[in-house]
Amino acid sequence: MITVGQTVSDSLTITRRNLIKVKRVPDLLVFATLSPIMFVLLFRYVFGSAIPIQGISYAEFLLPGIFAQTVVFGATITGASIAEDLQKGLIDRFRSLPMSRSAVLVGRTFADVGLNVVTIAVMMITGLIVGWRIHTSPLEAVAGVLILLLFAYAMSWVMAYVGLLVRTPEVVNNASFIVIFPLTFIANTFVPTNNFPSVLRVIADWNPVSAVVQAARNLFGNTAPALPVNQAWSLQHPAVYVLIWVVLLLVVFVPLSVRTYQRTASR
Amino acid sequence: MTDAIVVDGLVKRFGATTAVDGVDLTVAEGTVLGLLGPNGAGKTTVVRVLTTLLLPDGGSARVAGLDVVRDADAVRAAIGLTGQYAAVDEYLTGFENLVMVGRLYHLSKKESRQRAGELLERFELTDAAARTAKTYSGGMRRRLDIAASLIARPRVLFLDEPTTGLDPRSRLAMWEFIADLADGGTTILLTTQYLEEADRLADRMVVIDHGRVIARGTGDELKAQVGGQRLEFTVTRAELLVRMAERLRPLAIDEPQIDAQSRRLTVPVRGGAEVLAEALRWLEGQTAEIVDVGLRRPDLDDVFLTLTGHAAESATPATEEPEPVPAGRGGSGR
Repeated sequence: MITVGQTVSDSLTITRRNLIKVKRVPDLLVFATLSPIMFVLLFRYVFGSAIPIQGISYAEFLLPGIFAQTVVFGATITGASIAEDLQKGLIDRFRSLPMSRSAVLVGRTFADVGLNVVTIAVMMITGLIVGWRIHTSPLEAVAGVLILLLFAYAMSWVMAYVGLLVRTPEVVNNASFIVIFPLTFIANTFVPTNNFPSVLRVIADWNPVSAVVQAARNLFGNTAPALPVNQAWSLQHPAVYVLIWVVLLLVVFVPLSVRTYQRTASR
Repeated sequence: MTDAIVVDGLVKRFGATTAVDGVDLTVAEGTVLGLLGPNGAGKTTVVRVLTTLLLPDGGSARVAGLDVVRDADAVRAAIGLTGQYAAVDEYLTGFENLVMVGRLYHLSKKESRQRAGELLERFELTDAAARTAKTYSGGMRRRLDIAASLIARPRVLFLDEPTTGLDPRSRLAMWEFIADLADGGTTILLTTQYLEEADRLADRMVVIDHGRVIARGTGDELKAQVGGQRLEFTVTRAELLVRMAERLRPLAIDEPQIDAQSRRLTVPVRGGAEVLAEALRWLEGQTAEIVDVGLRRPDLDDVFLTLTGHAAESATPATEEPEPVPAGRGGSGR
């Protein structure tokens, strides 16, 4: 039988292996951080020149949105990497070893948390340069980052499942783009939702991404009394709403992915 | 001698297709079994069930005395698997790959490193130990893959087409490594399409086609099953072959085989050199067109042809450049 200790050690071995890849293929990290920097600059100066937000600069409003969008997109790396391991026969090798049945997925999702920490740090520095500020205590700011990382972690498990089903990294990327793009845009990410058409507004308000963004804004202090108040429960209690989603996604997708992994063969 | 592998009535279906249809086989401890068959015969599926990657739909299988379904965890601890495609992490160095697999077999850090060093040396990869596997040639990757499957000193080793896609030189080197392992007492189940490979490495063979065992025995026993000898002619023009086959038909004990591409005619016959002399008399008038004549014992290709009614998929091992395998593109950015 495989013990808990072995599961932890196997997961760390796989995490290490995935992080070595990040070190060996610097392009991966460069592109993972360049595109958020580009987004920050584009939205800050292109949209920011035309979108007035009451009582707060657009940079302050925008940055938590970009953080959320980037980490949600980052989850596709989890799916694509799993699909790549499948394609190259590495999953077969792992499955023939007496290692923990969940370690490959746990190790993968752990490594992607590491990647997200780096990405968020780079975006924060870029944000500080273009006028974004944190107005709260360091503890609250850390809580803001944690909310982002937690939601990203849950999304990683969703994408891990997609990767196991789809089996082709390119398809994982393209397929998830179709879902993740609207998921991060039909939200309060880049503009307030109060002028959305009514149906869209309900979707946006209850979109967990909106809650992630709202929680981050609250915890970084990127809000203003002049901003229109959103009455939706999800945005009144964004942190709680996000945590409910995180638990829900993990409860469904961790067992589902592990089960699928155990039955998956490369061909 | 006990049996390291016992397979009894194994069945595996994929939807409506029955990939393995009641295979029985045993492999005595310390011996090498060659599992032969054309592409799609079910060889890989048998290996996948025995290595716990697939669940069987019927029958049973025991590896190292353990049931592959009920004791799957324990089976995995006792075996090593090298699949059809070199499953090494191309972003890790050779050394890191081996240490990782050692750790996943739950060897200690120290032991993993020590075994990694030993195996790199044994498979002549010491010079490349600190390079990422991405830079390795196909042959080197295969060696690293086999080294990885040996790290925890498995009692039973599964090699699924270990030389497919290798250039002739790497193939010969691989054969030597496998022969060494067998001499060292490791039980090996080896699948191959190359009859020459099985002939050279395996103590016993099991031939499967369409998921069923169609023959078993030692190489000599299988050859004896076919019987007689083979007359072989190579000619200048392929057009001549049909006419020659017709002329020699009275001598043949089975259907003559024509290979137009290599301009070769093979006639199964009984009797020694006299048959050859007689055949040449029968071909009088055409001998000027014959560039090569020979009398030989049947080889496994002939066995295969006789048993399955069709030739082995690639009787001549495919030759590929010893370049790194272009196994998909690296990187998995968004």
